[in-house]
Amino acid sequence: MQVIIILIEILILFAIIMLHVAYATYFERKIIGHMQVRMGPMRVGWHGLLQPIADGIKSFFKEDIVPEQADRITFRAAPIICLVAMMTSLAVLPFAKGWVLADINIGLLFIFAMSSLSSYGIILAGWASNSKFTFLGGLRSMAQVISYEIAMGLSLVGVMMMSGTLNLTKIVEAQGGSFTGMYVFPQIIAFFVFFISMLAETNRVPFDLPEAETELVSGYCTEYSGMRYAIFFMAEYIGMMVMASIGTICFLGGWNGPFEVSIFPPFWFVFKVYAFMFLFIWIRATLPRYRYDQLMSLGWKLLIPLALANIVLTGLVKAIIG
Amino acid sequence: MTRPISKTIEVPVADGEQYSLKMGPQHPATHGVLRVDLDLDGETILKCTPHVGYLHRGFDKIAEHRTYAQGVILSDRLDYIAAMANNVGYCVAVEKLFGISVPLRAKYIRTIVCEMSRIASHLLWLATHALDIGAMTVFLYCFREREVMLDLFEELCGARLTFSYPRIGGVRQDVTRHFIEVLQQFIIEFPKNIEEYETLIDTNRIWLKRTLGIGVLSAEEALSLGLTGACLRGSGVDYDIRKHRPYDAYDLVDFEVPTANEGDIYARYRCRMEEMRQSARIIQQCIDQLPPGPIVGDDAPDLVMPLHGNRKTEAGSTTYGNGLIKFLEENGEFPIGDTYVSTEVPKGELGFYFISDGSGRPYRMHVRSPSFIHIGALPALTEGSMIADLIANIGTLDVVLGGCDR
Repeated sequence: MQVIIILIEILILFAIIMLHVAYATYFERKIIGHMQVRMGPMRVGWHGLLQPIADGIKSFFKEDIVPEQADRITFRAAPIICLVAMMTSLAVLPFAKGWVLADINIGLLFIFAMSSLSSYGIILAGWASNSKFTFLGGLRSMAQVISYEIAMGLSLVGVMMMSGTLNLTKIVEAQGGSFTGMYVFPQIIAFFVFFISMLAETNRVPFDLPEAETELVSGYCTEYSGMRYAIFFMAEYIGMMVMASIGTICFLGGWNGPFEVSIFPPFWFVFKVYAFMFLFIWIRATLPRYRYDQLMSLGWKLLIPLALANIVLTGLVKAIIG
Repeated sequence: MTRPISKTIEVPVADGEQYSLKMGPQHPATHGVLRVDLDLDGETILKCTPHVGYLHRGFDKIAEHRTYAQGVILSDRLDYIAAMANNVGYCVAVEKLFGISVPLRAKYIRTIVCEMSRIASHLLWLATHALDIGAMTVFLYCFREREVMLDLFEELCGARLTFSYPRIGGVRQDVTRHFIEVLQQFIIEFPKNIEEYETLIDTNRIWLKRTLGIGVLSAEEALSLGLTGACLRGSGVDYDIRKHRPYDAYDLVDFEVPTANEGDIYARYRCRMEEMRQSARIIQQCIDQLPPGPIVGDDAPDLVMPLHGNRKTEAGSTTYGNGLIKFLEENGEFPIGDTYVSTEVPKGELGFYFISDGSGRPYRMHVRSPSFIHIGALPALTEGSMIADLIANIGTLDVVLGGCDR
């Protein structure tokens, strides 16, 4: 019985997330369109509202091309690895009090593990396609994930030190319901490091080097088409949502808001996640792209030292006060 | 702003495995059909070999079988981003070859359309250059203004890309009052729009990191590579044909030639941005000074479209569209000789070399296209840098493969 309930819960979560992913693309295209003095999708449905559905159907029915020289098994597995890893990390996210599939004590670590795992998908895709552009994309992704995973992990150590737990629900509870309790204020350095690493982890502008269109055609997914390409896309958007959720949980007080919305408890959580998403999109519309070596030096020479300094600072303050 | 010119690029010795990457001819950032063969060590470029010719149509040869008036249409297809400037360059060359005089009003109109096409071309350059480096919004902002330019061109001559508007000895149609009004409005608003682009990228740290000290050419290097236009002025050489060998109405208007000394991508970017401001200034002066009068010289009457009333008879006759027949009637024969005339198109110096053997068709036409020569500078700019810099360097050279391959 327990198993069936959990399965149903997973299905519901899956459906909701997929819908959000589809409409996150719409959200992005509309916002970026209006920022760039154009309209965004307008044709399918009222103000293009059915565009994501049409895109989904289109990519589903497109031919699935596998290059002749590709490593077939790996080529087919790569997008699935990406998607599964990203979807798995959704299991531990608390959307509201008690609204969590798996309330495990190592939630934060689990998410890190999964987001690193999803970069395997990208690396394998780059390798298996047997093309130099995808290979370069895969290489860049590998280097980027390794460097920024460290910075991100270290930035969240401050949060762990303050809350004393890795359980995401408890991290939110430790921040309390008030506005001033949010960790973004005491952990402002960590938030800064986290935010930049978050952009890099999700391969978003200005760190979209693995799929830099004007340099590597389309990076690791150059050779992909149809549904497999769409799966990479979904994984990227779920990745954005997961990272936005971690930001919300660890720094912005999770589901707590200025007043309670009793009909829909995760209201503030969703609101904050979409605020993050808006930032992602805003940055995409504004900033140029870093060069590979500049990205590396930013990660290793600025973010990691800052995160380390933040740990020392947090430790000192904690030792003196508490 | 002062900053040290970075050291000359040292080509590193590969310590790992080398591999080659064929970038293009189908690649989003090679601006057409440029193919660049790269020898890479990781992401560092050891050797860069540009290959051109994918868009070769043999204009130099085709022109030998066309009358001089028909050649205007070929010049459209050279650098299709700024076709108007090519047309003017071609016409100025033929006029010099035959000693045809152009009425003052036509000179002013030509100067206006030349500068309009400079603005349109630089806007496209900025748009794609910024997009190559990753700044996406600048791209669409630039296209918003470019659209105004193209609409104006359409109103003027009916075409948005290949205009064939200037004629040997003048221009095809007179400007309308509405055209002048819209252009005036645009010129007033345009400096604000340039500031808008600059807000997005000019002091953006990532933009500066990608452009400052990248792709550096000293003045000597730039001269020896034969660069012209903003690529040369970005290295500190004050050379602009509009100023130094004026044609059309450029000696009657007041403008500055912006230069920068650093010779990097950022310097060339600043030069082109300033050039757009100067273009607006030139257009403003031309509008203010635009004199009344004919738009085609007396000695080249059959080179324009026939007037509405006599189109039917003219179109069927042998004189229409047949080059310099009237000229021939008056002068007895075409002069024999050769001439080389260069004009300042948005990309650099566009030169036309003609040999006339008296037959009414050029015995030989040679086009000195800035794009072709600028691509030759690509290895010097990129070797030793990274793939991302190659993209930025292709953008900063501002090449159009239609002009390069001819």
